[in-house]
Amino acid sequence: MTPLGGLPGLPGIDPSWSRSVPVTDGDGRTRTWHVLDSDPLAGPDVPTLLCVHGNPTWSYLWRRLVANPPAGWRVVAPDQLGMGYSERLDHPRGLTQRVQDLGDLTAALRLTGPVITVAHDWGGSISLGWALAHRAQLRGVVLTNTAVHQPADAPVPVLIRLAHARALREAVCVRTPLFVRAATALSRPALPRAVRAAFAAPYPDAASRRSVGDFVAGIPFDPAHPEHATLGGISAGIRTLDVPALLLWGPRDPVFGEQYLRDLRDRLPHADLHRYEAASHLLPEDAPAYAADIAHWIADLQTRVAPAPTPARPAVTGSAAGPPLWQALLDRAASSPDEVAVAEVGGARLTWAQLRDRVATAAAGLVGAGVQQGHRVALLVPPSIELTVCVYAIWQAGASIVVADKGLGVRAMGRALRSAEPDHIIGIATGLAAARAMRIPGQRLRAGALPAGCIHPTLQPSPDAEAAVVFTSGATGPAKGVVYLHRQVRAQLDVVRAAYGLTARDRIVAAFAPFALYGPALGIASAVPDTDVTAPGSLTAAALADAVAAIDATVVFASPAALRNVDATATGLTHGQRASLRAVRLLMSAGAPVPRDLLARLSTLLPSAQAHTPYGMTEVLPVTDITLAGIDAADIDAAGEGNGVCVGRPLPGADVRIDPLDATGNLHSQLTSTPGAVGEICVAAAHGKDRYDSLWATERAASSEPGFHRTGDVGALDEQGRLWVMGRLQHIITSADGVVTPVGIEQRVEALAGVRSAAAVGVGPVGAQQIVIVVVPDGARPSRRHPVAPLALAESVHAAAGAPIAAVLQMRALPVDIRHQSKIDRRAVAEWATRALAGRA
Amino acid sequence: MRVLLTGATGALGRSTAEALLREGHDLTVLQRRPSGLDCREVLGDVADGGATAAAAAGQDVVIHTAAKVDVVGPWKEFARANIDGTRSIIAACLAGDVPALVHISTPSVAHAGHALMGVGAEPADVRGTRGHYARSKAIAERIALRADGDRLAVLALRPHLVWGPGDPQLVGRIVERARRGRLAVIGAGAALIDTTYIDNAVDALLAAARVCGPVHGEALVVSNGEPRPIAEILERLCRAAGVGPPRRHVPYSAAYAAGTVIDAAWWIAKRRTTPPITRFLAQQLATAHWFDQRRTRELLSWTPRTSLDQGFEQLRASYTTSD
Repeated sequence: MTPLGGLPGLPGIDPSWSRSVPVTDGDGRTRTWHVLDSDPLAGPDVPTLLCVHGNPTWSYLWRRLVANPPAGWRVVAPDQLGMGYSERLDHPRGLTQRVQDLGDLTAALRLTGPVITVAHDWGGSISLGWALAHRAQLRGVVLTNTAVHQPADAPVPVLIRLAHARALREAVCVRTPLFVRAATALSRPALPRAVRAAFAAPYPDAASRRSVGDFVAGIPFDPAHPEHATLGGISAGIRTLDVPALLLWGPRDPVFGEQYLRDLRDRLPHADLHRYEAASHLLPEDAPAYAADIAHWIADLQTRVAPAPTPARPAVTGSAAGPPLWQALLDRAASSPDEVAVAEVGGARLTWAQLRDRVATAAAGLVGAGVQQGHRVALLVPPSIELTVCVYAIWQAGASIVVADKGLGVRAMGRALRSAEPDHIIGIATGLAAARAMRIPGQRLRAGALPAGCIHPTLQPSPDAEAAVVFTSGATGPAKGVVYLHRQVRAQLDVVRAAYGLTARDRIVAAFAPFALYGPALGIASAVPDTDVTAPGSLTAAALADAVAAIDATVVFASPAALRNVDATATGLTHGQRASLRAVRLLMSAGAPVPRDLLARLSTLLPSAQAHTPYGMTEVLPVTDITLAGIDAADIDAAGEGNGVCVGRPLPGADVRIDPLDATGNLHSQLTSTPGAVGEICVAAAHGKDRYDSLWATERAASSEPGFHRTGDVGALDEQGRLWVMGRLQHIITSADGVVTPVGIEQRVEALAGVRSAAAVGVGPVGAQQIVIVVVPDGARPSRRHPVAPLALAESVHAAAGAPIAAVLQMRALPVDIRHQSKIDRRAVAEWATRALAGRA
Repeated sequence: MRVLLTGATGALGRSTAEALLREGHDLTVLQRRPSGLDCREVLGDVADGGATAAAAAGQDVVIHTAAKVDVVGPWKEFARANIDGTRSIIAACLAGDVPALVHISTPSVAHAGHALMGVGAEPADVRGTRGHYARSKAIAERIALRADGDRLAVLALRPHLVWGPGDPQLVGRIVERARRGRLAVIGAGAALIDTTYIDNAVDALLAAARVCGPVHGEALVVSNGEPRPIAEILERLCRAAGVGPPRRHVPYSAAYAAGTVIDAAWWIAKRRTTPPITRFLAQQLATAHWFDQRRTRELLSWTPRTSLDQGFEQLRASYTTSD
């Protein structure tokens, strides 16, 4: 099968990588291997990535790594014997012999220098077998969608059942190309036809597919299988590996599901993990970034002090520094036991003493149910007293809360919760049913009916113990899990308390997810309005007023969408409801900057309230804060040249720097506080996240500046130290004259009469983009077929924009992200504009 | 500089000749009919080797703008003017020790009908071009660039949709048709299109004549770098000329089909009049073509001096004074 004179022309392959290597195997027979080799002339000591494919693929799978080897590394990707373009075999070859074969090959290639193994599918156990036999030269292991053990809780994959059904196996794997073709059919979006053909190229007939069938038969997951002991030795042996490990995972794999990933993490607890949420089984195809991510990981190994410093779930210690998150709750229960601590609209309320006792009882119940220190507990409970009790009970039990937002939608929420791998789920009945449907792992516990327990947890979580996993909005791709440690939550509480001058005399109504839970931790009475805090825009003015009345609230926290609806429904308020709103002293809107005019209207509804809008994100909140008066002052300062939204000064504890963009939109990691420099906003704060969860590559990119979080937002600091936000990094326009940010242009265009909303986007190639404004006009519905704006409107936009505009188009509504329904999806706008401006129709 | 300019009776050629004279260059012009310009003049056909040799000998640079520009007509006329003419100019340059040739081409040589958005000057694509004009110019540009070498530096300039006051080709036809109520927008009218105000094109040609030598062997698209939707361009042209803007939209598919039929009918009947639509025109008017001007501006050390807005204003002024 070895192609004479190189490989046939296949996409992505350089024929010069292809080489044949004769190797004498354990039986004394010389077998010819086919190998893709990035540097066949390399000396024996050159560090090498040894890439092992699975079944029924071949080394073609690794072409992106061979094409772009990590700096200083050689990439060697053999076709296993009987597969790809390596020699065909007469007999099945077992795992033991294949591990031996791989060793014979590396000996023949004289790979005596450092080696990192990289493997996919059934190449995993073979590569790990090689790794255990070559520890002296092993520098790391990389695994993608593979398994070394059949976990007890995993359904036996169909392929393994196929191993036992000989006739069917022959039909599927050997006599027909069904299996060979099916392996490349799982990707969404589908792989290019030419790539699928390349994967099938070495397997044109039954004889060439002999080993594909034998390989399936050879999977030794069954204890009765003759090779079972070898696999057991490998799967047990890797627990002793002390080299760095990287797991790259495609969660949409129908063969190797989450249980296999859990099993691998259990065996390699120090492994770095990156989940490519959109990827399926053929990870190197579905996530082409894997090659660059491996290169980054290897580059970092040089600077890594000790192998694997990241404990996945920091332990809990008995001697905690600083008070626990529930200290304020205990203090209030001692000092004012009979005052209201938490209230629900419509009656239910607990005093501080009652809350303390409910939490303690629930914590004991959780411990009795098996919740342990370091566990993760997912919460599928709507905002309520019950949710508050659960959160503090989980913390007292030493565990971490996992909270996903229903606003993500069921599928994204399921993906998010699965990615966090909770050990337990607490939910109301519908929540638990949803958890089952979403295949979220973990023991299911019914909220409000937790088992009774008698062991009261007494240990305090360490400041470095994990407190929470929350999720980003998913406005730009799958929601990302964000991990907070106890000290970071505590720092966040301190920042909020200081920024808004909160004292025990305050009472909070919180219609914004994280703050809805913080009342007890702040030692401040709280009420949750009668609304779904995860559904933006469902909070009515009446519901807010009732919640305020329930505890005579002095402070209101709500999302911009909620506040917009409060404003819209204010006419229905009764006299009494209006009266209770008048007593509120502080209104804070969070989530996205709130337009000035909305804040101003809300000020008439809550006349005593100082209106604040902070800037921040799931990863660090809050970063800056500004009042309505501050916004007005900034508008005056910036008159004529305002180029974004002023979000105020950084709060104490938040260090805001800018990484300036160059003329072609690139960053150079040179953080500055220089006024006027426009670039990515970077934030260092004690109350920021610890890391992204299960997203090694994302975390690496976001924290490339030690101590700072790259926000992905573009902005600048002004002379007064105020931060101006100008858009998202991926929405900047790179024109021939340099970088243009969209928000300032949009604000100027939106100020025009007849324009309801506007988006500024770039069309064309990076560095030569033209600026296009898409407006939603007031009144008349623009024609879908003729999107060019009337000349009069176009001319006023040209005049107002303050930048050269190529085209002014009209849309009936701008696409927005699903969750906040407030952030313009400029990428979708740009795609639409590009299509329209390409012409025809 | 001693300069030979071919095609001084065309709109771009004439403006360039006037600019060269204003700058005090030693100008010779070559075309079939007297130009009325106050300079040395050789009358003749660019495809006639004798005429080109006489005109080119001893020049510092030749600016070759002469071409047959039309949407109808037999291939052999295009081939003679555009292909043979270019060959003859190159031969004359080589024979007359002229060190530099600025060959005026067109972006149509690389426009196969699909949208061009922010691209540079892609290689001339003879097979992909539509119509005799674009095809003959594509062949001519390849011949010109192949002639680039040690003895002769060749620079191909592709000014895109040159317009301005007194231009009968583009502005004249559009305004005339609009005046008769026969102007329609093809397709949605959103196709983003680059144009070049004539003064900027002239500046770019002069800049090319200056740098040709150190800069050579490539094609550069020249435009204002201010693309606009085609509907907006048409409306602003009409407004500048004081005529009503097009109100009708013709679907692209209908225009393309009509163009196909008319192309065939004109070919069969050997008609020479300007047809209402051709396939080439339908594509040109309904498909984006705008260009990355960074390399052009860097190599020529040139930037457009007249903005689109200023250009429309000057056009309006020219119609006001001529009325």
